[in-house]
Amino acid sequence: MGKTLFQKVWDRHSVGILPDGSTQLFVGTHLIHEVTSPQAFGMLRDLDLKVAFPSRTFATVDHIVPTDQRTEPFRDSLADAMIKELRKNCSDFGVTFFDIPSGKQGIVHIVGPEQGITQPGTTIACGDSHTSTHGAFGAVAFGIGTSQVRDVLATQTMALSPLKVRKIEVRGKLGPGVYAKDIILHIIRTLGVNGGTGYAYEYCGSTIEGLSLEERMTICNMSIEGGARAGYVNPDEKTFEYLKGRPYSPKGKEWDVAVAEWKKVVSDADAVYDDVKIFEASEIRPTVTWGINPGQGIFIDEAIPSPEQLPEADRASAKEALEFMKFKAGEKLAGQKIQVAFFGSCTNARISDFLEASKFLKGRKVAPGIRAIAVPGSQGVSKICAEMGIDKIFREAGFDWREAGCSMCLGMNPDQLVGDEICASSSNRNFKGRQGSPTGRTLLMSPVMVVAAAVTGQVSDARLVFAKS
Amino acid sequence: MSLAPVAQVTGRGVVVAGDDIDTDRIIPARYMRCITFDGLGEYLFRDVRQTPEGKSTNHPIDDPKNKGATILISGMNFGCGSSREHAPQAIARAGFKAVIAGGFAEIFFGNSTTLGLPCATAARKDLNALISLIQKDPTTFVKIDVEKLQVTAGPLSFPVTLKASAQQGLLSGRYDAIADLLANLPKVKELAGRIPSATAS
Repeated sequence: MGKTLFQKVWDRHSVGILPDGSTQLFVGTHLIHEVTSPQAFGMLRDLDLKVAFPSRTFATVDHIVPTDQRTEPFRDSLADAMIKELRKNCSDFGVTFFDIPSGKQGIVHIVGPEQGITQPGTTIACGDSHTSTHGAFGAVAFGIGTSQVRDVLATQTMALSPLKVRKIEVRGKLGPGVYAKDIILHIIRTLGVNGGTGYAYEYCGSTIEGLSLEERMTICNMSIEGGARAGYVNPDEKTFEYLKGRPYSPKGKEWDVAVAEWKKVVSDADAVYDDVKIFEASEIRPTVTWGINPGQGIFIDEAIPSPEQLPEADRASAKEALEFMKFKAGEKLAGQKIQVAFFGSCTNARISDFLEASKFLKGRKVAPGIRAIAVPGSQGVSKICAEMGIDKIFREAGFDWREAGCSMCLGMNPDQLVGDEICASSSNRNFKGRQGSPTGRTLLMSPVMVVAAAVTGQVSDARLVFAKS
Repeated sequence: MSLAPVAQVTGRGVVVAGDDIDTDRIIPARYMRCITFDGLGEYLFRDVRQTPEGKSTNHPIDDPKNKGATILISGMNFGCGSSREHAPQAIARAGFKAVIAGGFAEIFFGNSTTLGLPCATAARKDLNALISLIQKDPTTFVKIDVEKLQVTAGPLSFPVTLKASAQQGLLSGRYDAIADLLANLPKVKELAGRIPSATAS
């Protein structure tokens, strides 16, 4: 009987079974950032422990880092204290830190792949739920809490129970103007925000195979929004092509050995899955969320559902969402005025996101009165965008072009919504208060749809707005 | 490093109604700008307990009738979203000893268990009965029996579920895995030699 990639990677990294019945799982690569690691280092000091394998941990600063000010001390003294704390912890414990002056800083889930640290067939952990992103390379990647960050620092292992595996096959050709973001929003809408609890999602099928690694990252990134702690795509030639020559990728003879190993972790043709779901790409249209969780989405040409139309289990949440969003059932989102456009986050702030959107944005202007900000996912992304003149297109259109960080995805730095502003956002969560204002309203959509909303001042079908370009 | 077993939790309950209550709601990111978990209890459910101007919204947690409650009761998929341990830390530091809900997001569940905060899953009908009972009479004494996986409250008695490893960990005082993980370090080192790592050129 064949095995899935998940099972192969799990078995290979299993140290043994712990007294409570869970598995002690070896973590091949550990990524840390400034928000969920300081307490873990504090616990290490309290217990007089060292970092067991410092060369397997990499740090960067993303969540609190200001995107409009890069000289220290930061105006926000707490942010300043947090970056200094991480710098000290990395120095004390011998951990590589992609600090701001390194030119390699950025959102941890963008930096890992960009540096070639994220590799197929390995286990990755990070104190951030969007760690599932790294699954795009055929890694098994888990978001963990701070006590587990401590566990991984101290032992390079953590206690975890195995997940079931759901195969999610997406097949066929996507329509024009439909992107990876629409695929994952559609999957979450269909399977539910808790539909993936207890599962790892294996994304496969001709549509997924046709996507670039950056697009696959967008899909794996939001696995957690569907309740799945991990999501992955089997590695293929595109994966190897992406990794070749990156700073931390294997070199020379080691490269050939690594690729041969990576090919072995691919799910066997006769692998047995705990569940299978099939989606037709042709049925997916540009998707926008209307509610307060990422499963509350509709196609741009659909009307907001009334709670009564939904399964009973979803009605209370839908009512709460309509009240919070101040939307009415039966209304369309198209035409809904926005106040803010946010282009960024670990979901959609990679080079291909900016490049694709820039093709439509070129020569256009952000609508009057709209606050539009573009935040590259890393200093690496920022540099390439500058070389390609993409930043110029965004700036000339009226976007505020910022330095790399998580920014308005979660509003931990000064990039926040004000009052009940509506934000067209390329990020991953539309929870109440997510973008920094308790009453702020977030509409999740693809980056090209964010640009369409920015130039029209309202939620718009990008396929119509950019029909002539 | 064995901790005190958590065999049962008793106390009064407070209902924070709703499904899919995410960890941003439990503790908004703005209040995670800190380098220790101290004082996080104060920010539990901050944005729904206070208006932006800082006025109380009379949230159930602040209702004098519910003062001293130690068991948090909520709906489906509690703790979804961010992996922030700040969420269960805030719950525990605000004085709660356990959560009963219709279901839990996985990372939240694991983070809570590590802190010795049991998260018991109840069937919808039992949960609804418990919610009605507590809302009617907040003085009702609630007991979660971690060994028998049973909740009793006034006239109610119903089964709950808990992942086997979590139950085992809570009952044996090994819910924080660090000691067990450290004990196997020699084995870990041996395995590490066979697993390549990303190294700079």
